[in-house]
Amino acid sequence: MNLKLLAGKSLKSRRSTAILTIVSIAVSVILLLGVEKVRVNAKSSFANTISGTDLIVGARSGSIQLLLYSVFRIGSATNNITWKSYQDIAQQKGVKWTIPISLGDSHRGFRVMGTSRDYFSVYQYGEKRTLKFSSGAQFEGVFDAVIGSEVANTLNYSIGDQVIISHGTGSASFAQHKDKPFVISGILEHTGTPVDRTMHVSLAGIEAMHVNWQGAMKKRKAKKALTESNLQPESITAFLVGLDSKIVSFKMQRYINDYAAEPLLAIFPGIALHELWSLMSVAEQALLIISLFVVVAALTGMLAVSLAGLNERRREVAILRSVGASHWHIMGLLITETVLLTTIGIIIGLIMLYSSIWVAQPLIEKNYGLFIPITAPNVRELGMISVLLAASFLVGLVPAYFAYKNSLADGMSVRS
Amino acid sequence: MTESDSKSPIIRLKEVDFAWHAQANLTIKSGNFSIEEHEHVFIRGASGSGKSTLLNIIGGIVRPQRGQVEIVGQDFCQLKELQRDRVRADHIGFIFQQFNLIPYLSILENVTLPCRFSKLRRDNAIERSGSVNEEAIYLLSRLYAKGQFSFQRTTSELSVGQQQRVAAARALIGQPQLIIADEPTSSLDYDAREAFMELLFDEIKLSGSTLLYVSHDPTHQHLFDRVADMSVINPQNETDI
Repeated sequence: MNLKLLAGKSLKSRRSTAILTIVSIAVSVILLLGVEKVRVNAKSSFANTISGTDLIVGARSGSIQLLLYSVFRIGSATNNITWKSYQDIAQQKGVKWTIPISLGDSHRGFRVMGTSRDYFSVYQYGEKRTLKFSSGAQFEGVFDAVIGSEVANTLNYSIGDQVIISHGTGSASFAQHKDKPFVISGILEHTGTPVDRTMHVSLAGIEAMHVNWQGAMKKRKAKKALTESNLQPESITAFLVGLDSKIVSFKMQRYINDYAAEPLLAIFPGIALHELWSLMSVAEQALLIISLFVVVAALTGMLAVSLAGLNERRREVAILRSVGASHWHIMGLLITETVLLTTIGIIIGLIMLYSSIWVAQPLIEKNYGLFIPITAPNVRELGMISVLLAASFLVGLVPAYFAYKNSLADGMSVRS
Repeated sequence: MTESDSKSPIIRLKEVDFAWHAQANLTIKSGNFSIEEHEHVFIRGASGSGKSTLLNIIGGIVRPQRGQVEIVGQDFCQLKELQRDRVRADHIGFIFQQFNLIPYLSILENVTLPCRFSKLRRDNAIERSGSVNEEAIYLLSRLYAKGQFSFQRTTSELSVGQQQRVAAARALIGQPQLIIADEPTSSLDYDAREAFMELLFDEIKLSGSTLLYVSHDPTHQHLFDRVADMSVINPQNETDI
């Protein structure tokens, strides 16, 4: 009366269709759980990009635009902030720290960001983690640069290497700051955030690069010397603000947004991140729906195979009935078969999913900055697996019902 | 056939009406039939005379619309389907004419199949030989020349005659009270047929089972205690078939 044994042997005898069914189930499991894993990790890595910062301040534009260029290094600012306004706000009561950000140059496709030394001690990501150096230290001189882990890995840089920064943010730039090479002084540990893809230099360094430049062109003649006074920036792109207390954040935001001297915008990073993510949730939902349809297709395929084989199995059912099998046994046999196929498909799918994550992990991280950890299926994923198993049970009911109907008509002998 | 009261009938059908569908004509009308325990009965009937239907009623697969069916002392008209399935599993061994075996099971697994559905037959087999497999091997080695086959092999490599012996072993395992054979030799050639009948009778005598043998071919009817004609059991006109 061991139906599992009978079902297993029966499936084994129909090896090729069984294997194809298992493969289709496995593929649908890979897709469903893979999409789920990417989605969840993308969301959490996204939400973890910046933390501990109370306000992001830039020239007045949209909050998402400001977030994109200041944190994600995507796009560019429409306007800058004067150094004077920055200094003024930084000295307001309640402001604990500020980090200036100056963007606009790049190095072989990676953005260059001018900032202060405080950046390395104050900036936080993830669960309030600060940046750490895997080698070297923060910049001391004007022409020192600190690179993110991905910059170091991709370009194979180490401490002491000389780099030339390009003017503008395109990956192929004709205007190179060849006259003022930078030296790599530090390499940051991996963070899983856009920091990994950034080259950090001091604000003075940004200014120094552009001495004797006018707009995007190098001045032919002028050869101004680098002095303290001309390394003082006149403007920056944006700055991050940390406050003494969360309570003053709304007040400070209003103060900045109403700033009289120039139009500024202050945003709460958490809210802006949420807004940005909700923009992407349509694509997220679409992916999930597509993978659900793949699961439905796989189950339908299994149903089709099971029903197609049913007519050839009438004799088998009649024999089982004659040796004492009840209708429940026959129905149980067919349901067991579909559940067994699905279970094997799920197991193989999980094995393939985890091994492909294991293989693709560095590639995904390198190309998309997304780290997908190998973790046991979470409650939601286990829920999906259980729903799939339950669905396979329901799918098994269909051939079970038809086998029952056939067996009612056939009795113990198939008259055909 | 009512010579003694000591023998209880193992099959008793009385005034049985049966149709496969509610709208269809009756396949069996006013069917009357009974077999005493240990009797060997030959039922002769042309194809379409309701033989298969009769066996489905006796096996408890279907329930007649009218009449009484009593099998091994159980009133089938009172029993639920699952209970009838149980009686079939415990007390009846079937041999059909062809394609009797489950193709994806080995010879041994086919023979032991009834013991998967009946605890009674499993216990009987264990009591006789120590284990279900031992009993199956014992039966198979009686039906085959010893060592002729590996019983782990699948049945698809067997000739029809060999398959029928496996089917016979399966019907006999766990000593069911009633063996029903439905044209078991019709796909065998003459020699194989004679050999099979001899084996079957030897085994039935050894196990003391009751035998109900159904065939259109009267060749072997002399081997039986009694011959019944389907036209007597199912007296409705045979002209419409």
